[in-house]
Parts: sequence; C-alpha cells; structure tokens
Amino acid sequence: MTRKLDLSTPLFAAIAVILSVLVVLPIGYLVQRAFTSDAGAASLVNIIRLVTEPAMVKPFLVTFLIAVCVAAACCIVAAPLGWLVARTNMPGRRIVRTLVMASFVTPPFLGAVAWEMLAAPNSGLLNEWFRALFRLGPSAVLFNIYSLPGVIFVIACYTFPYVFVLVANALDRIPGDLEDASAMFGAGTFATVRRITLPLVMPAIIAGVLVAFLQAMTLFGSPAILAMPAGFHTMTTKIWSLLEYPPQLGLAAAASLPLLIITIALMRLQRWMLGRRTYAIVGSRLGAPRLVQLGPWKWPALVLCLAVLCNPIFLPYGVLFKTAFTHTVGESLTFSTFTLHNVGFVFLDFSQTQAALRNTFILCLMAATLGTLLALLVGYVTAREAVFGHRVLCFLATAPIAIPGLVLGVGLFLAYARPPFTLYGTLWILLLAYITIELPSAFQQFSAAFKGVHPELEEAARILGATRLYALFSITAPLLRSAVIAAWCFIFIDTMRELSAAIILVTANTIVLSVVIYDLNETNALGAIAVLGLTMMTLTFVVVSVANRLRFGIPAAGRS
Amino acid sequence: MFFRKLVWPMVVAFCALCAAAAWASAPKPSAVTPALIDAACKEGKVTWYTSAELELVTTIAKSFEAKYKCISVQVERSGAERNFQRIGQEYGIGIHTADVIDSSDATHFILWKRASLLAPYLPADVVKNYPAQYRDPDGTFAIWRATLSVMGYNTKLVKPSDAPKSFADLLQPKWSGKIVKAHPGYSGTILTATYAISRDIGWPYFEKLAKQNVLQKQSANDPPGDLGRGERPIMADGVEYLLLHEKKDGQPVEPIYPSEGTPIILGGLGIMKDAPHPNAARLYEDYLFSPDAQQLIVDMGNMRSLDARIKEPAGRRPLKDIKTLKDDPAATAAHADEVKKRYADIFGV
Repeated sequence: MTRKLDLSTPLFAAIAVILSVLVVLPIGYLVQRAFTSDAGAASLVNIIRLVTEPAMVKPFLVTFLIAVCVAAACCIVAAPLGWLVARTNMPGRRIVRTLVMASFVTPPFLGAVAWEMLAAPNSGLLNEWFRALFRLGPSAVLFNIYSLPGVIFVIACYTFPYVFVLVANALDRIPGDLEDASAMFGAGTFATVRRITLPLVMPAIIAGVLVAFLQAMTLFGSPAILAMPAGFHTMTTKIWSLLEYPPQLGLAAAASLPLLIITIALMRLQRWMLGRRTYAIVGSRLGAPRLVQLGPWKWPALVLCLAVLCNPIFLPYGVLFKTAFTHTVGESLTFSTFTLHNVGFVFLDFSQTQAALRNTFILCLMAATLGTLLALLVGYVTAREAVFGHRVLCFLATAPIAIPGLVLGVGLFLAYARPPFTLYGTLWILLLAYITIELPSAFQQFSAAFKGVHPELEEAARILGATRLYALFSITAPLLRSAVIAAWCFIFIDTMRELSAAIILVTANTIVLSVVIYDLNETNALGAIAVLGLTMMTLTFVVVSVANRLRFGIPAAGRS
Repeated sequence: MFFRKLVWPMVVAFCALCAAAAWASAPKPSAVTPALIDAACKEGKVTWYTSAELELVTTIAKSFEAKYKCISVQVERSGAERNFQRIGQEYGIGIHTADVIDSSDATHFILWKRASLLAPYLPADVVKNYPAQYRDPDGTFAIWRATLSVMGYNTKLVKPSDAPKSFADLLQPKWSGKIVKAHPGYSGTILTATYAISRDIGWPYFEKLAKQNVLQKQSANDPPGDLGRGERPIMADGVEYLLLHEKKDGQPVEPIYPSEGTPIILGGLGIMKDAPHPNAARLYEDYLFSPDAQQLIVDMGNMRSLDARIKEPAGRRPLKDIKTLKDDPAATAAHADEVKKRYADIFGV
C-alpha cells in the first residue's frame, strides 16, 4: 500500500487561521472599543456606565429573563414534539416536520408583524373575535402582544424549531436496538423513553436549549417591533438606540460583552454536564429505529402538534395571506375584496424585487455550502482533538452566537471597508457576515453529531491507509449525512431571514430580501410585505425540500 | 446614525479639496436643452436614493422612463436616516452609486452641503415657480416636497365633536392609554416636529404627555396605520401623507391640525457630487421639479408642493390655510442630540 499525501494537517491549520480571522477580527475590535473612551484612550468608562446606569442594567435583566423563558418554553414544547415526530407512529409526522421547518423559515420580524395584526390589544383580530364572541366592551383585551409575555411568546414561536431540529435529528440517529433491548427486559414505553432515549438525546437537547437561549438573547427583529411599544428595551434594541446618532459605539461594544461572557459560561456548563459520559452510539451494525405505538393517543398527539403550530404558522400566515390579497389589513378576504394589486406591485413595479431575490439566493447557497463545510471541518477537528489548540477553535466557532448581528455588522464594516480588504459594497462582505453568524449553530450541531459517532470506523479506514481527510469525507461525513443536510438547510434558511447584520452591510446593488421587507415595514406597506414574505417562504421551501429529498431518497441513509 | 461620527471626519477631509470649486460658482438656472438630453441618453441610467413613499416614487420613475425612453431609473427607497447613514458609509470609502437623493429630514442637506457632497444644480422651474426661501442660495438643493406632522383621530371610535383640537387637549385624562406616537430618535420627521413643539410650546407638554401611557412606535409612518386599524383612537404625531393615504383607502381616520400650529416637514432634493450619471441626474432633477411630477406628489403621494402652479385636490385643507410652526432646519440640526436625549429620558425608551 502506497503512502498517500496527507493534506489534513495543513488544511486543519488553514481552518484554524480562517476561523481566527473570521471571528477574532470583529470580537477583537469589539473588546478594544469596549475598553476605549470616546477620546480614544484606554478606559473603563464604558464598563462603569454599563454596570451603574439603570438605563443599561434594566435592559440586560429584561433580556436575561426573556432568554431564560424562551429557552424553557422551547425545550418544553420542542423536545416532546421532536420525539412524537421522530419516534412514534403519530399520523402526519412528515407534515408536522415540514410545518416546523416553515416556522423556522419565517423571519422573526415577519412573524412579529403578523402577530401585531393578530394580537395588538385593540385592533388585533384575535381580540376583536374575542370581544365579538362574548359581546364585551372595547376595553376587554384577551392578548396584548405589546408586553413582556408577548415578546417572549413571539420569540419562542420562531426559536423552538432550533431545539426541535436538533432533537429530531438526534432521535433519527439513535438505533432501535437499545430501545428494543429495554423493551425486552420488560420496561414500558415511557420507562424506555426516560431511561434510554432521553439520556441519548440529552446532548442535542442541551445544545438546543443553549442555542435557543442565545438566539433569544441576541435577536433584534421581534423586540424592535414589539418591545418599544411595550415601553421597554432589550439589550439589542438598546444597542440599536446607542448606534443612532449621536453614536456611542464604545458603550454599544461594552453592552455586548456580557452576552459574550454568558456564552462562555454556558459552554463550560454544557461541557461539564456532558463531560463524564460517552455517547458513541453509531457503531458498525445497527438496527433501524423502531416506532413507538401510540395506540389511541395518536390522534390527540397530532391535535396537540397542530395546536402548537397554530402559533408560529397557521395564524400568522393566515393573516399574511389575507393581507397579500386584500387592499387593507382590516377587510376580510372575499371574492369582492380579492385583489392582485400587491402581487403586481411587488413583481412588476417595484425595482428592488429582482435584485434582492437574486442576491439573497446566491448568498444563501454560498453561505450554506461554505458554512457547512467549515463547520464540518471545525466540528471534526475539535471532536477528534486533531490539532493543537482545538479548545480555542471550539470557543471561536461558538463565540459569534453571542455577538448581536448589529454589532458584528459594525465590526465587519470597519474591518472590510478599507484596504487591504475593500469588500464593502460587494456580496463578499455579506457572505463573510453570514458565515460568521451561522457558524455556531452548524458547529453545535456537528459537535453533537460527532459525539454520537464512534471513531472506530474512521480508525479502521486509517489503519487501511486512508488519510484523515479521506476518512472524514468517505466514512464519517456520509454517516452524518442527515446532520450535513440539516446543517446546510439551517444555514440556508437562517441566512435568508438574517436582518441585523445585513441592515448595516447592504448597498444599492447588494440589497437582500430581509432588508427590503424591513424597509417596507417603514412605509406601512403591509400588502407588499405579505407578498414578499410568502415568496421568500416558497423559495426556501422549494430549496429545503429538494435538499431533504437527498436524505429520504436513500433508504436508511447514513447507516451501513 | 453612528456613521456620522465615524465616517464624517473622513468625508470632510476627503472633500475639503473639492470645496473651493463648489463655492466659486453660484449656479445659474438651467433649462432642459437637447444637448443635456443627448448626454443623459448616453449615460442611460439614473440612480435615485429616496425616502418618499414607495408607490409614489415607483410611479414617478415610470413616468420619467415613459417620457425619456433612453433612460432607466433605479429606485433605492429606504428610510431617510438609513439613506443618510448609507451615503456616509459609501462616500467615506469612495463608492459612488447615488445620482439624485432626497430626504425628508432637512438637516441632512445642511450636513451634506457642509461636507461638500452635493453638486450645485438649479432647474429653471425652481427659480420661476418656487418661493426663494425654499432653496439653497448656492443651488446645492431645493425643497422638493413638504408634508406635515399632524395629529389625528379614528372617526369610528371618537366623535368629531369630542376629538382633541390642540396639543394641550391630548393631556386630558380621558385620552390616557388612547394615544399612539412616533419617536424622534428613529425618525427625522418626528425630530423636526419635537424640536418645533419644544421650542414653541415647551418641554412640560412632553412631560405631561409621557404620563398618558402612549403607545410608542419608532417610525413616523407607523402611527397612521395604528390609527386606521383602531389600535389607538388618537394619534399625537405622524406623517400627514400616510394618514391621507389611509383615509383614501377608506379607513376611518381624520387629520387634526392643532390650534397651536402644525409642524411642517420639508424634504430637500439634490445631486451628489460624484454622481456616476451627472447629466441624467440633472435631467431627472428637472423632471422631479416639473408640474407633472409635482402633481403626482400632491395627488398620489398626498404631500404638499411648494410649486405655486400646483392645485390641491378638493376635500383637503390647503397648505396656505394651515397654521404651521416655523421650520428651521439649521436650529433642528444644532439641537438634535439634546432633543433626542431629553425625549428618551422623559418617555423612558
């Protein structure tokens, strides 16, 4: 057997360098600004203001509360939903899975706009129906979306898919043998879930809760639309207001440091919780997962799923659909009010539509492909501890999740707006931003997945003379096929709906869909928002279902 | 936006050299000549950064393209503050995509002119038919459109006789929890209005208003929508043209021109110094100040024109019959920071 050239070491080193540039540059800029006074001298003035001014402390506490509640809500709703879809014989599982993906596709700010139409205290449709149903006076309010619970609710609506996808994918990978063994020893369905299934998906649940928490903490779109009318700031809306003229960049940078510190602390906690157990479950020969028979409970289970999905999907999209084809939000959709006016305007008259669609599509494809590749390599390097300093890489790959997109956008603008890297005004700067932003969730997913794949197969390949890289791409990556596809879809979708960094980095020729929609919201053009939102969802859906065909096309894909 | 501070010194330095050239020549009014049309046709394109309402600007662009078939218009619509930020970013690093720009925030043109980012050009129409106080003496910009920051009420929820008539009326206890308003930190229109009200009526008005449990929106475009949907029955401020738009769409809304005076919002328009299509830009600016475009602004855009020839539609109170608060872009620009900070302190967001 001839010895092949092993490119893996230089490649892994290159990955480390790329990651450092991608992440260290903006974070370094951030930290430096946080410890610099407006005059340019090293100073603690921003930090002192951050911890002493009530106007800064309160948004921080509010944000923490929101993130905790969202993470808890997501876990309570998404983990059982993921189990029902992945491991039971509940009818309509594919549809439920698809609908959860649809709520993931939905940009949070689009959902927030829709929920304003549904649950604004006076004009919200749900409140109007409630009053009409019980013949109550105009002061009776069932839901008030302009409130802390309202903000938590809307954020959770579009964050729970993170947990769901992670859990469902992990459950897809768990072999049936272990559960069968448990059943053979006489354990009931729920004892098996509790003793076998739950511990095996724990890494995915923990990763999901972590991602949900951090997403809720750094989200900008929904709070921007709902929190201010409710009379409070979250950390991100506070940072946005600090970036308004006159800009207080130092304070804005300092305000994102606690987010970074919390991320580090949570990652340590995650490692500590998982550290002493091993989760290698994908060995050489495995049985397909066995579905739990729900018996008479299968229909109530489906009803429960659909009831949950009312909140992110049926109600908001119902209202958007109606708005797309009527002249005003208030009128109901009938044959006489039906109009294609909004559709015609968006596709025929509105000059930004075409460019935005093209740019968004190109960026999503590139960010998804390059981001998945990068996350896979980094995930591999850190899971197999293949290079010196893999722990640092692990941190770098997760850190961007704690940087609000707005702040990252500023950092990228300053880093890439002047020579030697004059990328501002091109799609490249957006691509860099997207890859940096999307890296953490894809990386989290791959590290959870790698923990589930025992290295024995790779080792076998390497004993037979394969290089590390060859083993990765020919053995491990196919085993992780569903994780690879899921990560690709994750990035594609999340790039599509990313707003906060794009809003700072787009120019006339590099406009993207999310920014167009946000701009339309400023002119109250709800009809056009509805049309573009629905277009965006259709586009994503087509791409994602094609990608998923790859998974379902091969029976028992990913298992030898 | 924050790029004012970051990019501004760069911009100022970059442009200092060119400034001398700019003030040497106060422009003469220019007419549309066949030579200009020829040169514009060769450029074939004009890029317009605008913050006016989307359907209006799209229609104006289309009508220009119909008149001059050799030129296409690329419309870049965004909020005025965002356009301002974008120009700062782009000129700071030498990207020149904008030809013609307009802004609803008149202070922007003061800052742009100060940084010498504007190319002087004075259409003949402006000199002949617009009041002289509404254009820059050096010809770098002119007021292209005007609107008002009005109060308003929902006619389904409030009887006309009960509706407030003045800012002072909004402070009555019965309107507690019933008012929606926009924020000067996010909207140039509301900044202009807030400065004018604080100057002529005083900050105690805002201090008392803050105790009325108002629904605080960001953009000046939001409150008319909330009023139309009946989310709140009273609007304390917001752009008049969108309120009139809602009314035309059949929503139960009616503007209120407060007895103390209504803040007027002047929107300037000019050509960028490094416009990539300078001749097309001139031809386009000419068109934007022509009666054709101005009539569209009034009829379709529901805004106010300063062109003496334009007729206001029936049923709308003419601008000359409305008592307005004095507009003063220079003073607004000078007090902007103070106004925003004080407002945020009073309202808590």
